[in-house]
Amino acid sequence: MSTRLPQGGRLIDRSKTVKFSFNGKHMTGHAGDTLASALLASGQVIMGRSFKYHRPRGVMASGAEEPNALVNLGRGDSHEPNQRATVTELFEGLSATSQNHWPSLDWDIGEVNALLPRVLPAGFYYKTFIYPRPFWKHVFEPIIRRSAGLGRAPEHDARDPDRYEQFYAHTDLVIAGGGIAGLQAALEAGRAGARVILCEQTAHWGGRAPVDGVEIDGKPAETWINDAVQVLEKMDNVHLRLRCMVAGVYDHGYVIAYERVADHAPGTDAPRHRLWRIRTGQVIAATGALERPLSFPGNDKPGVMLASAVRDYAVNWGVSPGARTVVVTNNDDAYRTALLLADAGLSVPCIADARSESDGPLAQQARARGIRVMTNTGIAGVKGLRGVVGVQLCRQDGTGEVIEDVTCDAVAMSGGWSPVVHLWSHCGGKLTWDAERAFFRPDPSRPPTNQTGEGFVVCAGAADGALLAGDTMQNASTMARKALSALDFTSGAAVPSASAAEESPLLPVWIMPAGAGPKKRAKMWLDFQNDVKVSDVQLAAREGYESVEHTKRYTTLGMATDQGKLSNINGLAVLAQALDEDIPRVGTTTFRPPYTPISMGAIAGEARGEIFQPLRRTPLHAWHEANGAAWEPVGHWRRPYCYPRPGESHREAVNREITATRTSLGLLDASTLGKIVVKGPDAGRFLDMLYTNMMSTLKPGKCRYGLMCSENGFLMDDGVVVRLDDDSFLVHTTTGGADRIHAWMEDWLQCEWWDWQVYTANVTEQWAQIAVVGPKARAVLDKLGSDIDLSNDALPFMAWAEGRIGGFDARVFRISFSGELSFEIAVPASQGRALWDALLAAGAEFDATPYGTEALHVMRAEKGFIMIGDETDGTVIPQDLGLGWAISKKKEDYLGKRAQERTHMTDPGRWQLVGLETLDGSVLPDGSYALAEGINVNGQRNTQGRVTSTYFSPTLSRGIAMGLVVQGPERMGEVIAFNTTQKPARGEAPKTIEARIVSPVFFDPEGEKPNV
Amino acid sequence: MLTLTCPCCGISACETELAPGGEAHLKRFGPGSPDADFESYLFLRQNSRGVHFERWRHAMGCGKWFLAARDTATLEVFGTYSAQTTEPPADIIAAIRAKRPDWSPA
Repeated sequence: MSTRLPQGGRLIDRSKTVKFSFNGKHMTGHAGDTLASALLASGQVIMGRSFKYHRPRGVMASGAEEPNALVNLGRGDSHEPNQRATVTELFEGLSATSQNHWPSLDWDIGEVNALLPRVLPAGFYYKTFIYPRPFWKHVFEPIIRRSAGLGRAPEHDARDPDRYEQFYAHTDLVIAGGGIAGLQAALEAGRAGARVILCEQTAHWGGRAPVDGVEIDGKPAETWINDAVQVLEKMDNVHLRLRCMVAGVYDHGYVIAYERVADHAPGTDAPRHRLWRIRTGQVIAATGALERPLSFPGNDKPGVMLASAVRDYAVNWGVSPGARTVVVTNNDDAYRTALLLADAGLSVPCIADARSESDGPLAQQARARGIRVMTNTGIAGVKGLRGVVGVQLCRQDGTGEVIEDVTCDAVAMSGGWSPVVHLWSHCGGKLTWDAERAFFRPDPSRPPTNQTGEGFVVCAGAADGALLAGDTMQNASTMARKALSALDFTSGAAVPSASAAEESPLLPVWIMPAGAGPKKRAKMWLDFQNDVKVSDVQLAAREGYESVEHTKRYTTLGMATDQGKLSNINGLAVLAQALDEDIPRVGTTTFRPPYTPISMGAIAGEARGEIFQPLRRTPLHAWHEANGAAWEPVGHWRRPYCYPRPGESHREAVNREITATRTSLGLLDASTLGKIVVKGPDAGRFLDMLYTNMMSTLKPGKCRYGLMCSENGFLMDDGVVVRLDDDSFLVHTTTGGADRIHAWMEDWLQCEWWDWQVYTANVTEQWAQIAVVGPKARAVLDKLGSDIDLSNDALPFMAWAEGRIGGFDARVFRISFSGELSFEIAVPASQGRALWDALLAAGAEFDATPYGTEALHVMRAEKGFIMIGDETDGTVIPQDLGLGWAISKKKEDYLGKRAQERTHMTDPGRWQLVGLETLDGSVLPDGSYALAEGINVNGQRNTQGRVTSTYFSPTLSRGIAMGLVVQGPERMGEVIAFNTTQKPARGEAPKTIEARIVSPVFFDPEGEKPNV
Repeated sequence: MLTLTCPCCGISACETELAPGGEAHLKRFGPGSPDADFESYLFLRQNSRGVHFERWRHAMGCGKWFLAARDTATLEVFGTYSAQTTEPPADIIAAIRAKRPDWSPA
């Protein structure tokens, strides 16, 4: 059983006790513990249940690569699933629960899955999709949904109470990893004068060197590490970050780093996580290496751990995973674990070494210490259900006949090491297979390249394959100098000499024992988190999966939250063996960022809640808000939909607003309308190209409605153009179109007609615009007083004037979107609210009624005016909408003219705009289709048109609609049927609604009302 | 996340400041042009794997359009230049040839 050792633990403070709970049970650890080390110290070996088979699982690693020890952390709003216990620093009051078990961690009902592993083979999901079909929906899916998965998702109404932020940084060099290679690289770069950001994902500098007994310049590694950090801290050009993981490397030197600022210290006012968005010249990945598990039967049982992790727990946290530990290995490095455990007074019954010989210095030391070293030996089985009670040894080159049973309570395994090449690979760096040392390492001739085509990432130290301490230090300096010379810095100080015991070559071992039969291979785990075994990969190979990417998806190997950090190399080696291919020919799967999962909070940063996106407010926004407006989002604006009074429904409010406007006086905040000034000697010529109709002939003082089409001929925006003077126009666009149309103008002016003298400015927010609408519109303006003659003779429909109204500097436009007498008054934005208040006060005797966007929509529909986005959807041309009158026949060219010459555009069978009146007066459903006879090749009912706008008209007391119907204008009076979404009663035909085709102008067809 | 230097304001801009505008140096065909010419102008694109001329706008900066010569596979940038031109200037062609000796303009 795991326990706290009486001595040791370089990272813990035994004088400080920290209380925490696991599955409701109160436990204690020490300051400096991780959750994993504290659980092990408390004798808690089982930390979770596996994904598919619900097998009990213990911690396997000591760092970011941990596949098993995932826990739910926190409660309520702070609850977070799938947190790795190995990288969770212990704090007072920490509360964790284990995952994927029912009813309890120790006794799980789903464990029955493990008794039937043949029901869930590789490709299980895909196979259940195929046959028998009803089984998926009624049998497999409900079972899988209940039993699969890892952590519990947060409650739907949980709201993360923590704060997150993002930092932007520009630097010469990012160094990922603060082990001895990273520190040495930082010293080189710092001395050379480069700006450096050095990130270390754990809370401590130095990496593995202190654990592995490395000496640097004749002193323990820890001494050199402390000195190096002190030197670096004094350099102004070097920036050190602990608990900060370089998560991803992207194009052109863009780097994302994830800093866990306050995970270990909740309750402080610091942000919890910080996302660094860095632009750097070069990246040094000093990310070290990860130890690989060995694939022997029962290698997933609690108590089986990586040999390096066993060492870490002993040295860093003073924890031993067991009293009797068998070491199983294919290399010399694991002997360090045996020696260390022996030094700590623990028993190591034997070292099972898969190699036929083992005579390196470390093996000699082990033998000298009296540790039994057995060569050509592997593990044929692990005894124990919820922990290890013994192992069965066998010959590695055999089929697994047991040669000896050894009693033990822990197993330390090592299958060799793999350089962490993720950051090299994220942006396209290629790898080369080192057959002698059995790992992929960066291919220096094929680095990821930046905007100049040069490599911008180097790997340093173990990440470059330099695993031995002496090589690591030398390699770190060499690679740092390479990166620095690419940045035009030079460095040349003496390189410290690091040393550790020599190691003899490893033996690649992908299956243990080599000749294991099917039963044994079905118990060898490759991917611990996703429950993928050697037998699954071999089955995939037999079923024809040759590509490693396909095998990954078929078996789910490496697809769990650990992204196969421990499993990928073993898995592809097994696949290569099964395919009888070389490992480099099979290749690796793609390494994608982030290196380990980062929080959604950090990705969102401060963009949450009200500041998720900017809100645009008109000058009258505060009034609308204070007067109970129901908001409608329009682009980034909020516009009042209507102003319901107490007790009034939205529909009642809309009807009241329309009736008041039609009978007396309505006021609309039209400030969001796009306003673009187009000025210059060629402004008229330019607008003639932009609009389908002629704008250059417009006289100063006049307004003209116009249509804009894309080069594809489709209607994209409409609005009123105002000629301000000889060389300037004011272009009104739709609310949503202002920025887009301004950009559209600039595109043509800068990239096509750059010799035309035209200047544009988007002045949308410089003006407040209020529509004064209704029979009493002139009366209220007369009451305010104006130096402009507002009479119909002096200022007729579609004219405009500038002057003073009620003391305000104003432009008055006689334009109408409602079919009523209407004055749109524009004043500088700062005076908008004052004008609004003055209009309300003067209009009180006329029952002045502010109206919202819905009343606007209904009134324009009553008049048959089109709305961009309702009547248009990117496939509609002006000719479809009865707007042929707005298309100039005289102009040689305008944007969209060529496209409208195409045969499909001139086809008389196009759907065209009409009005629709239901026979029963009801409102047609939005989006209904006009039904035609017969069905199409897909068995769907044929259609002959569709509804584009549909409302209840309070003016006409009935439903009105506009729609596009085949040859519609030629079919006036015809009655056609529209579908509904009402579900028909059993045996009955789907319900339809009949409507008559009529003119789209329902109200004041002669247009007399605005012309007074 | 590309970086491109805006030739108008001189700023090395991150992709988040820029708006893409598709292939550069398209010749506009207007009313009366043959269907094939109009089709190629409106719809047909090189979609090169390798050297590509393209339009970008420094939308969140100076607002100006510019053109870039870039490798679509490696993302190497050979140069950026004014949008007020109908073909890549000689120095851009030379910069591409220096890096891609086998390349010839389409």
